[in-house]
Amino acid sequence: MPYAAGVDVGSTQTKCAIIDDQRTIVARALIETGANVTRAAERAFDAALAAAQMERAQVVCVAGTGYGRFKVTFGDLQITEISCHAKGACSVFPGTRTVIDMGGQDAKGIKVQDGEVLDFVMNDKCAAGTGRFLATAAEALSVPLGDLGPLSLQAKNPVRLSTVCTVFVESDIMAYLAQGKKVPDILGGIHAAIAARTVALVRRVGLEPEITFTGGVSRNLGMVRALEEKLGMRLNVCDDSHYMGAIGAAAFALERALAQVA
Amino acid sequence: MKESVIGLIAGIDIGSRATKVALIDRAGTLRAAHATRTKPPFDDLVNEALAQALASIEAPRSEVSYIITTGFGRSSVAERDNQVTDITAGAYGACVLFPNTRCVIDIGSQSSRAIHVDQTGRVAEFKSNDKCAAGAGGFVERAARYLEIGLTEVGDLALSAKDPVTISSVCAVLAESEIINHVSQGCSVEDILRGIHNSLAERAIALLKRVGIEPEVTLVGGMARQRGMVQALSHMLAMPVNVPENPEIVNALGAALLAKRRLERMAA
Repeated sequence: MPYAAGVDVGSTQTKCAIIDDQRTIVARALIETGANVTRAAERAFDAALAAAQMERAQVVCVAGTGYGRFKVTFGDLQITEISCHAKGACSVFPGTRTVIDMGGQDAKGIKVQDGEVLDFVMNDKCAAGTGRFLATAAEALSVPLGDLGPLSLQAKNPVRLSTVCTVFVESDIMAYLAQGKKVPDILGGIHAAIAARTVALVRRVGLEPEITFTGGVSRNLGMVRALEEKLGMRLNVCDDSHYMGAIGAAAFALERALAQVA
Repeated sequence: MKESVIGLIAGIDIGSRATKVALIDRAGTLRAAHATRTKPPFDDLVNEALAQALASIEAPRSEVSYIITTGFGRSSVAERDNQVTDITAGAYGACVLFPNTRCVIDIGSQSSRAIHVDQTGRVAEFKSNDKCAAGAGGFVERAARYLEIGLTEVGDLALSAKDPVTISSVCAVLAESEIINHVSQGCSVEDILRGIHNSLAERAIALLKRVGIEPEVTLVGGMARQRGMVQALSHMLAMPVNVPENPEIVNALGAALLAKRRLERMAA
């Protein structure tokens, strides 16, 4: 059976997904990108192969995506992360019309139909609403990144943030702590502000349901709920949401492999 | 005979990254300075920083007769006698150190601001980055860590740049990934650092233009320690830039000097 792989080299983390010819995900792996981008891509691919107990030769086609896609030197093709998130989201949730992708340093809205990108918007001037924003907040509050979402859901009187600047959030948090505000209330305010900012961004491509939430920030349940509240609708999120770019890349790789066979 | 230091005035600048203390005597002479990392609660922070500054001149706390705060945390210190904005304090401090100052550029960790002052050191107009940290210097610390060089080496290394890179991102966070891209493309550390200084200088000058550029220009705030930054600014402005000996304490010093003036006026 032929397998295909996608390697998504993000600014913060590198993800790899391996799928079979029925597009079923057979393995996935995640590592920190670090300074050596090519090595990160190789390590993620090797880790996924190991998880699937598979030889490299069984993977007939590999696609690279993400900002470091041209550093995936063993890849057979490179595709933008926008196309890959759209492809992955539609492959896992076929009813997807809008994709919200929140990664380490970017936030994107993608309008899709049947896996094809119709339009997209992204944060090209400002890092508000990215994973990095949340990581900075977690550090300033001395809270583990994984606890941010659950804690934010305990907010009773969310604070109001004056800016969503990733740099300013650190001193905003310090000022709130100095005023004696509670950690869940600060986090509630942060999640609400980021959700409002992201919805305003994605509104520019329309907010047609179903909306699928992808990227590393989609693992944060607090952000899922904050976005749903702002949008007034449920989001498609699953255990693989973080890997959607890699899954989409693998789907493109599979198409290429099948086309070459035919 | 030991010189009396009775009647010290403490100017305390609670910045987003560092808290600075300037202790002056009644003649307005700087007697001690101390800087430490800012973290809440601010009352403890200020007590500790003040104690460190006093310890350096072996003076007891009882000799501090007046405390004035500035910086973003200025309102969160219970023990203060007065407070002043960092704009007013920085302008006054720069004008005392360089009396011909007409423009002040203050680049801190999260702040980037330009102040136009009149001939008496009063603020005529200012512009600052209030919604976004574009142009602020804090990210240089992270960039230095990424480039595996000490923060103190940054300014001098930048001076030997041959072909500075262009940093097009305005956002400090996005600029960081641009820096990573430049590293992976094999650009030299010197060229990247000078590229950072050029981009910060461009942002500062854009603010300065909005308040009106008039010599002399004085650069204050932590970034003024970096010689590459000073060179980038003076090169782009095509004029020399005044740099205080301890640029990061100018706002704390200015606050203390303002308090001194106030006390003198009250006594008169």
